[in-house]
Amino acid sequence: MTVPIDAAAAVGPPTAATAPPMVSSPPAPTPGLPTQFLWCWVLVLLIAPTALAVALLLAGAGSAIVWIGLPLWLIAVGYLRLLTRAYRSVAGRILGERFTADYLPMPSGNLFVRLRTAMVDPARWRDVAYAFFAVTLGASLSISALATFIIFPIGYWLSPLLLRLWAAATRAIIGPTGEAALHRRIGTLEEARTETLDHSAAELRRIERDLHDGAQAHLVALGMNLGMAEELMPRDPQAARALIADARESSRAALAELRSLVRGIHPPVLADRGLAGAVQALALAQPHPVEVDVQLPDRPPAPLESAMYFAIAEALTNSAKHACARGGWVWVRHEQATLTAMVGDDGVGGAQMVPGGGLAGVQRRMAAFDGTVTVSSPAGGPTIVTIGAPCASGGAGR
Amino acid sequence: MRVVLAEDLALLRDGLIRLLQAHGMQVVEAVDNGPALLRALTTHRPDVAVVDVRLPPTFTDEGLRAALAAREQIPGLPILVLSQYVEQLYARELLSQGSGGIGYLLKDRVSDVAQFIEAIRRVATGGTAMDPEVISQLLVRHRDSSPVTSLTPRESEVLGYMAEGLSNAAIAAAMFVTEKAVGKHIGSIFGKLNLHPQDDTNRRVLAVLAFLDAGPHRP
Repeated sequence: MTVPIDAAAAVGPPTAATAPPMVSSPPAPTPGLPTQFLWCWVLVLLIAPTALAVALLLAGAGSAIVWIGLPLWLIAVGYLRLLTRAYRSVAGRILGERFTADYLPMPSGNLFVRLRTAMVDPARWRDVAYAFFAVTLGASLSISALATFIIFPIGYWLSPLLLRLWAAATRAIIGPTGEAALHRRIGTLEEARTETLDHSAAELRRIERDLHDGAQAHLVALGMNLGMAEELMPRDPQAARALIADARESSRAALAELRSLVRGIHPPVLADRGLAGAVQALALAQPHPVEVDVQLPDRPPAPLESAMYFAIAEALTNSAKHACARGGWVWVRHEQATLTAMVGDDGVGGAQMVPGGGLAGVQRRMAAFDGTVTVSSPAGGPTIVTIGAPCASGGAGR
Repeated sequence: MRVVLAEDLALLRDGLIRLLQAHGMQVVEAVDNGPALLRALTTHRPDVAVVDVRLPPTFTDEGLRAALAAREQIPGLPILVLSQYVEQLYARELLSQGSGGIGYLLKDRVSDVAQFIEAIRRVATGGTAMDPEVISQLLVRHRDSSPVTSLTPRESEVLGYMAEGLSNAAIAAAMFVTEKAVGKHIGSIFGKLNLHPQDDTNRRVLAVLAFLDAGPHRP
């Protein structure tokens, strides 16, 4: 078979998939002029409701001395939240992004508790600031944009420009903040950490059980057989001989158990030869011929190297077991601070990531490295599993 | 028979020395690391070397590398490699020089002393001793769409023994049949696999191993 590297190159490195999930949103196409015209109208129509919000705020501030101001404020911030959501939505469409707001959750307490929460929420304060922007500069921008639309031909370029300017200002005031992105990042990391800890705890339990039921049991049997043989030796050398043969068999079985256990923890060939050699060895062990193309300038950090090895092993096992593949290939590169592996086969396709399945397990383990796993497997094949993880440099001092 | 031994664990090294000496072999030097092994092999030029794959200083495949380097300098130097695990990749590297006198066995096999000593003698005389696990890994690739599937169960068994490096007499003894019957099976196997019949046992083993290693989809 031919070396299917072209297929790998055609797919290209999975850049979008490997980016850490910060402010993730698929970029939308730039809207057409009629749509922009429509939005100008929407923005202009929103001016009056926004002015009402500003009036509420000012009225609340004016009457804060008397108690009536406080509920007024609370109504104003709730109303503002609805308004800014509309503004965010329009600005997001113009810029081709999707903004999410990060308000503090509003507690279900009395008036003061709710008001205090609103007072300490930076997102609410930015809403207030935006209301003042929207009735002054924002309003002039949107009115100008609507007005210039009718002046042919300047409207063709000036009006969209003004709209973008407005959208950029909106993003600056009520768009996603770095802090919010960090919060989301922390959430992702916490989730990944929990899964990693769960996974390693489960692995340790499995190893303990395997040792207990496997090698330890065989060694106990071995000791028993030798003890009995020792006893029988003077009286019945023939029987002692048989027991010693049994003991030897037990030692062989114990070694075999330990060997398979060690392979599951850290394959010796990976320690010896790194990812390139270990993938080569994996390919040799497959029932179908597998082309290997691994080019790494240096060895990745040991934990990532090991995770990547097991991910590739799982993908290859899937090819052999489920895809009825007649041929396959593995392609590994470390470029642009990303370690990428692609595993493909010419099998029946239709591979899916099912919860609790092997590939889902791979994805869970790669998540600990901010890694991603994507499966492209149309019915009828071919199947390509792409595993990527950020990897700044090689592992030093091993 | 003069033997160089490379094993870093003292317990196993002493055991192996005792075992080899008990069978009339002379251990000219026992070393515990890769560089010392290469030096010992090139200075002593032993009849056979028994080498552990994993050795200091790197504790990776130091022993294998030293063995391959020594055979670069002294072609055909008989070397029996022992390991806690077998890798087809390493078997292929050892066999790639194609001159025989190579063994690659799991350490477990040492416990069957008679067979282990027989394997050392076979390697020392230019023969081959491949671990049954290597052979079974190779055979996985011939599960389907390979001439190997057309062999009878008896012939498959003979093929396995032959790939391990056993002589006709040894195969006959292992299968409790006559040497003549083994010869007939081998003739039939070579016919089905479309291999040239070889009179020389060592060349025959290497041909079979090369066939199995190439896989069923040979160009």
